[in-house]
Amino acid sequence: MSEKKSLGKVLFNGIIPENPTFRLVLGTCPTLAVTTSALNGLGMGAAATFVLVCSNFAISLLRKFIPDQVRIPAFIVVICTFVTMVQLLMKAFLPSLDESLGIFIPLIVVNCIILARAEAFASKNPPIASACDGLGMGIGFTLALTLMGAIRELIGNGSVFGLNILGSSYEPMLLIVLASGGFLTFGLLLGVFNLIVKKIERSRVAKEAKTA
Amino acid sequence: MSLRISTAPHMHNPLTTQRLMQYVFIALLPTAAWGVYAFGLKALLVLILSMASAVLAEYLWQLIAKQPVRIKDFSALVTGLILGLNLPATAPWWMVVVGSVFAVIVVKQLFGGLGDNFLNPAMAARAVLLASWPVHMTSSAFVSPTFFKAGVDAVSAATPLSAKSATLMELFLGQIPGTIGEVSKAAILLGFLFLLITGTISWRIPVVMTGSVFLFSLLIGGMTPEAALMATLSGGVLFGAVFMATDYVTSPITPLAQVFYACMIGLIIVLIRTFGSYPEGVTYGILLMNIATPLIDRFLPRKIYGHQKEAKKA
Repeated sequence: MSEKKSLGKVLFNGIIPENPTFRLVLGTCPTLAVTTSALNGLGMGAAATFVLVCSNFAISLLRKFIPDQVRIPAFIVVICTFVTMVQLLMKAFLPSLDESLGIFIPLIVVNCIILARAEAFASKNPPIASACDGLGMGIGFTLALTLMGAIRELIGNGSVFGLNILGSSYEPMLLIVLASGGFLTFGLLLGVFNLIVKKIERSRVAKEAKTA
Repeated sequence: MSLRISTAPHMHNPLTTQRLMQYVFIALLPTAAWGVYAFGLKALLVLILSMASAVLAEYLWQLIAKQPVRIKDFSALVTGLILGLNLPATAPWWMVVVGSVFAVIVVKQLFGGLGDNFLNPAMAARAVLLASWPVHMTSSAFVSPTFFKAGVDAVSAATPLSAKSATLMELFLGQIPGTIGEVSKAAILLGFLFLLITGTISWRIPVVMTGSVFLFSLLIGGMTPEAALMATLSGGVLFGAVFMATDYVTSPITPLAQVFYACMIGLIIVLIRTFGSYPEGVTYGILLMNIATPLIDRFLPRKIYGHQKEAKKA
């Protein structure tokens, strides 16, 4: 991170090139557990995004005061603060979503995406850039979770965001909304994502070869 | 077929993958014929559909992935047929297609194609269908063979595993409800004999597996010998033992390892039947041991030609 990156690039970095779910394979536990519906995925992603942006920003502000030896506990305390806020807000305003996400909201504390970004980015970069990084990562995470949730909900329930799409004659494939279906969907999407990234890189290399 | 190279000397064998798969295919024919005879045209349609969709899925995948097209090696056809025989004759067409495509694409091709699949494709597909559409895969979907209930369109009945109702002879001949392929033990044994005579499979896995189901039914299930024999002949034990547990790719290599593998499948089946919430455990028994196969191959000792253990120094 020595070279200065534009904020737009930092933001975009989390969405595709270093997508936390499909490229870094971080935070897989909530990814597998809550993506039984598109709404759950979106809710989880939004909660994590809020925590990511706030904690990245706060940790970046504090980066010169936190002694190196106790940085992890210090990061966790900061992250905890924001997770508690999210949890209380969700309980107050979105009780049904809170119920379906259950334990995975407090578990955002130990979500490795958040700790990884605090450690790898926020503790070395200025606050605005850190917030952008958190936002980008959060959007990448949210998109990935919503996509997975939408696919699993469509196949396992015939609907997306609660809207019935495949009609009443469709017999849902129960497996996909079970735990094993989560692993299956995740694995297949990882494969597809890798394929796309590889294709993009290959075409870039070909282009560079042409211009050179 | 996976060719795991063991230490020299190597023996050349004229059996090719294609030939082996043809043998398996032929061995399955009596079972399939009985299924069609007993369950009627619907069973034939299920079998044809499952074979056609498996072969088509393999063909399309290899075309799209720019791999050499190998549908002529019969392996997709055999996978499709085995899967079809694992389904009840009442299976809806889309479920058959989903099962075949899952077996060939996800279980086999995504892991590297024939020889690199860590699970038996047909078995894994059956497990997926069982978890996805239990209504179409469990007792309510099993009709009594139409041939023996003339005049009645379809009689829904539980398998002998959940409601004891058949005599030993009916079990053996296949006059019971069940999936297309598992009902007739006589036809399966015919196929087993053919596989033995052609040297396609060894007797170890099928015999030890059925034997251990019988033994553990006595010991763990606490059954009388007659009930244990009934339990052994019920459900998919024999079909699984002959056609699915013996899959070269997903079963161990050395004789000792094969005996251990087959024994453990029997144990898991009886444990699931006795203590589990499912009436049948053959699918999970075989799948679990498929997963354990590399481990068994690695940790059970094998004799290395020309290698002697160093004598212990006194």
